[in-house]
Amino acid sequence: MSSIPLQPGALGTPNEQARENYLNIKHTVASWLLTKDHKRIAVLYGLSISIMFFLGGLAAAGIRVALVRPHDTFFSSEAYNKLFSAHGIIMVFFFLVPSIPATLGNFLLPIMIGARDLAFPRLNLLSWYIYIIGALITLGAIATGGIDTGWTFYVPYSSVYSNTDVVAVIVGVFFAGFASIFTGINFLVTVHKMRAPGMTWFRMPLFVWAMYATSIVMVLGTPVVAITLLLVVLERVFGVCIFNPACGGDPILFEHLFWFYSHPAVYIMILPSMGVISEVITCFSRKRVFGYEFVAFSSMAIALLGFFVWGHHMFVTGESMYGGMVFSIITFLIAVPSAIKVFNWSATMYKGNVWLSAPLLYAIGFIFLFTIGGLTGLYLASLAVDVHLNMTYFVVAHFHYVMVGGAIFGYMAGMHFWWPKITGRMYPEGWAKLACIIMFVGFNLTFFPQFILGFLGMPRRYHFYPPEYQMWNILSSAGASVLAVGFAIPFFYWMWSLKYGELAGPNPWGAKGLEWAIPSPPPSHNFDSVPIVTEEAYAYEEIYARELAGDYSDSQVDRPVSPLNTEQPDQKTLEDHSSTEESL
Amino acid sequence: MNLPVIPEQASTYAQQMDPIFWTMVILTIVFTLLVTFIMLFCIVRFRRGAKVNRSNPSTGNLYLELTWSIIPMILGLFIYAWSCKPYAEVYSPPHGCNNIFLIGKRWMWHFQHTRSGIRENNQLHLEVGKPVKVTMISQDVIHGFYVPAFRVKRDCLPGRYNTVWFTPTRVGKYYLFCSEYCGTNHSEMGGYVYVMTPQDYAKWRTTGGSTETQQHETPVEIGQGVFQKYGCSNCHADKDNVHGPSLVGLYGTQVQLQGGGVAHVDTNFLRTAIVFPQKQRISGWPPTMEGYPVGNAAGEMSEEEMLDLIAYIKSLSPNNSFSHTGKQGAAPKTSHHLAAHHAGNTHVALLAHTDTVQSTLHKSEGKLQ
Repeated sequence: MSSIPLQPGALGTPNEQARENYLNIKHTVASWLLTKDHKRIAVLYGLSISIMFFLGGLAAAGIRVALVRPHDTFFSSEAYNKLFSAHGIIMVFFFLVPSIPATLGNFLLPIMIGARDLAFPRLNLLSWYIYIIGALITLGAIATGGIDTGWTFYVPYSSVYSNTDVVAVIVGVFFAGFASIFTGINFLVTVHKMRAPGMTWFRMPLFVWAMYATSIVMVLGTPVVAITLLLVVLERVFGVCIFNPACGGDPILFEHLFWFYSHPAVYIMILPSMGVISEVITCFSRKRVFGYEFVAFSSMAIALLGFFVWGHHMFVTGESMYGGMVFSIITFLIAVPSAIKVFNWSATMYKGNVWLSAPLLYAIGFIFLFTIGGLTGLYLASLAVDVHLNMTYFVVAHFHYVMVGGAIFGYMAGMHFWWPKITGRMYPEGWAKLACIIMFVGFNLTFFPQFILGFLGMPRRYHFYPPEYQMWNILSSAGASVLAVGFAIPFFYWMWSLKYGELAGPNPWGAKGLEWAIPSPPPSHNFDSVPIVTEEAYAYEEIYARELAGDYSDSQVDRPVSPLNTEQPDQKTLEDHSSTEESL
Repeated sequence: MNLPVIPEQASTYAQQMDPIFWTMVILTIVFTLLVTFIMLFCIVRFRRGAKVNRSNPSTGNLYLELTWSIIPMILGLFIYAWSCKPYAEVYSPPHGCNNIFLIGKRWMWHFQHTRSGIRENNQLHLEVGKPVKVTMISQDVIHGFYVPAFRVKRDCLPGRYNTVWFTPTRVGKYYLFCSEYCGTNHSEMGGYVYVMTPQDYAKWRTTGGSTETQQHETPVEIGQGVFQKYGCSNCHADKDNVHGPSLVGLYGTQVQLQGGGVAHVDTNFLRTAIVFPQKQRISGWPPTMEGYPVGNAAGEMSEEEMLDLIAYIKSLSPNNSFSHTGKQGAAPKTSHHLAAHHAGNTHVALLAHTDTVQSTLHKSEGKLQ
């Protein structure tokens, strides 16, 4: 394979599974734990963050159980505070930040630009080990006593007053931060230095642009929070006076430093999802993305502007009024590139040949939820309104719309889209759509009531609350159980598909992009010879024309019944079926 | 089923904020419906294999891009400008506010009415229609003073005074919450704000809301006692003397700092001057205060005493218009870091700083305006 575009499915062979690939090349434990293959590391990361997601979800379940009643007696207030702290810390630092970059990004970024691996394969493996060390330290601390500071570690509570194991958790988070920095450095260098011949910047898939923007934020932002958290440890352990006002420190300084990272971190979570959505929407609309440059540059604009908005977390701390006004206006401006993306995605589908597959369904869910999440962010950016809504459940609802509705729906869209590439097998389409709908309903039922609770004035991190807020909390808890079912279903059908799923072939969707031009699962070295890129990303024109003429041979799965291809079942489909039987 | 949607509206600030909020709600609904409609329209009309007109599919259009960049931007800037006004007003309380001191501590709110001297815990009685200014400080961690019906919130920080003001507009009983997570019983750190008619309020004021003592010392009166108790009066007399500057007329002025810079003498300036005199001092005076135990042994003086003492110092400058601390929020950084005029304990000053005091004596005139 010396150049693309290749005909979709050109590499599909009957003995797909017998061919050597990154999964079956070796089976020893050591071959996994010492691997330098970006794809295997992606799988390791994928398993790790799934466990963390499950644990963070357990903590969330505890929170929702407690909040069913206004005066909960199931947990003590100490336990409740530890639950929401564990939920936030696990989900933010150990699931959301690494989620797409460390799994889909790790797997796809080198392939998408035609490289055989990331620039620094050993650093990539080190990143996973450091992540695991951080996760074990944090989980150990949570299991042996917990932490009650919330994921924001505000001082002087965390540095002086809390009786819990703050130091261990902070050390764990510090490790996770370095894992993230290593991933970021690796991606930046890879994108700059390892693009295949012909892969110019403006031929890169938008997912790669999103990863590039994310990496910039990781590399520039994470060291700040790492050092800030170390300062908390210095103050807590050695009494070095930095943030504690009792000895002349400044607690607001901590908030500045913390949010200097933690607001851009929100974009670490959402930008990769946006990249996924760009890929999914184009593929299933059979159209080039609308306004490629605008979508690409809006990622960069979000990443850069994201560094200048941190003060919007502090409008009621008594920060300078003019400071507040500057942070507010920049936050309003950052909504513009987000709006550009949403409208461009919508426009991409216009006059497309829209194939409503499960990944697209997740992408639609993403756009809807992200629109609400993004727009409600503007309420909090608005100075006067934020005075009321800051630190209430409105904030909780807003960032869950962005981080669960946005980041996780994007992650699910990507996982379904590339599942056949990663595993070589199809997931069951009907179950995937069902899970998506359950997730969507459960999500809205969980978090929409929280907007109303916040507007009514219920502060976040409240174990007990006034009884008139109870019905909304019950609805929210009911929604959370629906959401949990929605999250559980993919776990089971993905496991099932590993053994029983239909064989995918190299390009089940008829998608463009270098990753679809190599077999599924890809061989360890990705490409037999260096690919030469001769066209832009998303050159769907030919497929689009063929499909409009009734020829759906590009799609290997879920092919519509049309006069042109019902009479002669496609040869490849037959072969796929026969090989399925063989492998069983 | 009790499903409230709209919180009670009981302050002038709430009246200003709510229209902005509802405008944003309408814009959110319009934009969300627009995006949803476009997506559903495309999914249905341009579904795979549907026989519809797909001629000239576009993959980019500069004018469209500009349209959907500029329209949201204009709407956003409009909301931004609108919401700046009420926010800015929070930073400049009107004349004649009823001043209330608030000390947050885990896990209770302690209020003191500065005019009547009445103190109350976890509840606050206010008169309808009268603007109120709350000067707050925390004794331990960060708390948040939050009354949803007033739409008013301010972080109650340790080591720094924050202020917020509002005018209650409706008689009633409203929730008071702590909005900033402060530890185990965070969710129980709250109470009620009672907004009363003028008649009821007057009645409440005479009884003090309780059966206890009817005569309450005001913070200024208590502060005068604190001023004596901690020996401040040894150096700070009615006029500048060898030991320290007079505090009469000091509050609300601008002072030159040692090593350059100017600072406004406001509540935060005074607090830092007393607790951390080493941070910066008024130019021309020796660092006498640095040897004084209040500053070095943090916690020697309670936050209550500190507030009363500052109220007393403030009362020595009755005519300074700055005493409304309008600048306090606008420049908290400045007032926090640029601190300290000196004052001092006679003995310490004479033992440790005699030379300095004498050598700077001739320079000290006129330094304090």
